[in-house]
Amino acid sequence: MFHLGGSACNNCDIEILDALTPKYDLERFGIVLVGSIKHADVILLAGVFNRKTRIRARRVYEQAPKPVIVVAYGACACGGCMFKDSYNVDGPIGDDIPVDAYLAGCPPKPEALIAAVAKLIGKLRSG
Amino acid sequence: MAIEPVPLWLQLLVFPGILFTAVFGLVTSWIDRKVTARVQMRAGPPFLQPFYDVVKLMIKETSVPEGASRALFLSAPLFGFAAVSLASMLIWRAMLQPGAGFGGDLIVILYILTIPAVSVILGSFASRNPLASVGGSREMKLLLAYELPLVISVFVPVIQTGKIRLEQILAHPAAVTEPSGVVALLVALICMQAKLTLVPFDAPEAETELTGGAYIEYSGPPLGIFKLTRAMMLFTMPVFIVAVLCGGIDAHAGFGTFVLGVLKYVGLVVLIVLIRNTCPRVRTDQAVKFFWGPATAVALAAALLAFFGK
Repeated sequence: MFHLGGSACNNCDIEILDALTPKYDLERFGIVLVGSIKHADVILLAGVFNRKTRIRARRVYEQAPKPVIVVAYGACACGGCMFKDSYNVDGPIGDDIPVDAYLAGCPPKPEALIAAVAKLIGKLRSG
Repeated sequence: MAIEPVPLWLQLLVFPGILFTAVFGLVTSWIDRKVTARVQMRAGPPFLQPFYDVVKLMIKETSVPEGASRALFLSAPLFGFAAVSLASMLIWRAMLQPGAGFGGDLIVILYILTIPAVSVILGSFASRNPLASVGGSREMKLLLAYELPLVISVFVPVIQTGKIRLEQILAHPAAVTEPSGVVALLVALICMQAKLTLVPFDAPEAETELTGGAYIEYSGPPLGIFKLTRAMMLFTMPVFIVAVLCGGIDAHAGFGTFVLGVLKYVGLVVLIVLIRNTCPRVRTDQAVKFFWGPATAVALAAALLAFFGK
């Protein structure tokens, strides 16, 4: 799982890290955090992506070996939330990067991330 | 349990060569992750997780960085994989098949076991990435550092028994029954930790520092082969130390001694994992000073003790 943050307020980043701690423990599903985009199978988009980070995020997405799943984590990644009409936001990140799952919340609880993982596994299994 | 009737090429491919080492390497990798999780009060991954990881990597896209040395980038993982399979087969043949070794096979195994580290270095320098080259250069320095005390401590049983063939060393009482053997085992344990690039000596692939270090540009099947080689090293190195210093896993003398041998191996693996979870990472210069200083001195002391018959 690769965490791709784009000018976030960092609450979502904190919640993602929470999900890896012993209390919620994502590793029991075999999920680990990787440092390099080339090792990633899931990209977690966190934060609202402004003009500068959009371009870089698109470049990073293109470097990920396919097949890769993209999850938009948090209300800002889903559609901009309160920043959608802001001067430096060009639209939701879903316009540039094909998103497979949207996880709304500000920030989404770790339990929501685990539920999303379970739903994604079900969706992938059924094709 | 002689394996003589099985043809040699089949021994290489299945048992005790590639397939056996790969399967048990992944099992050992699972033991590592599970014990790590338990020590951190977590549940840990399911048993087949390392197998899933390697199989998943085989179906992903391979991307070669632009300007990288393509042939070396793609072939580097294979050198390490071939080397560790061969070394594992030689060690197990010496333990299981009487008369299977050859003069100097201990030295050959030591040489072959350095090849996985060299393949990581080659791959990292073929990646055309500054972070990868930092990881590769750290691995090089570490390789120079830990090989010295490791070779000295592995030679302690050679001095004790006066024999250089692995199965002749196995025929004598285990090296750890003498004080020099115990000291040699301690040094070999620490050198093994560095050889497997585990904390406290995992500077070459520092995740938080180098975002993947030497493996940063690898993806898909080459990365899968690198991970499989790491798992196979995690299996082969403790077996090698058990064979050379602790009396080996003896399949001839009945079920009880076989189980005892397996327990020795599992004990070494758990010890490695516990050290891995309790120590911070050391810098490369600290590691080199440690291995060329205290570790070599202690290994030489063990060799001297063995020379004087203790």
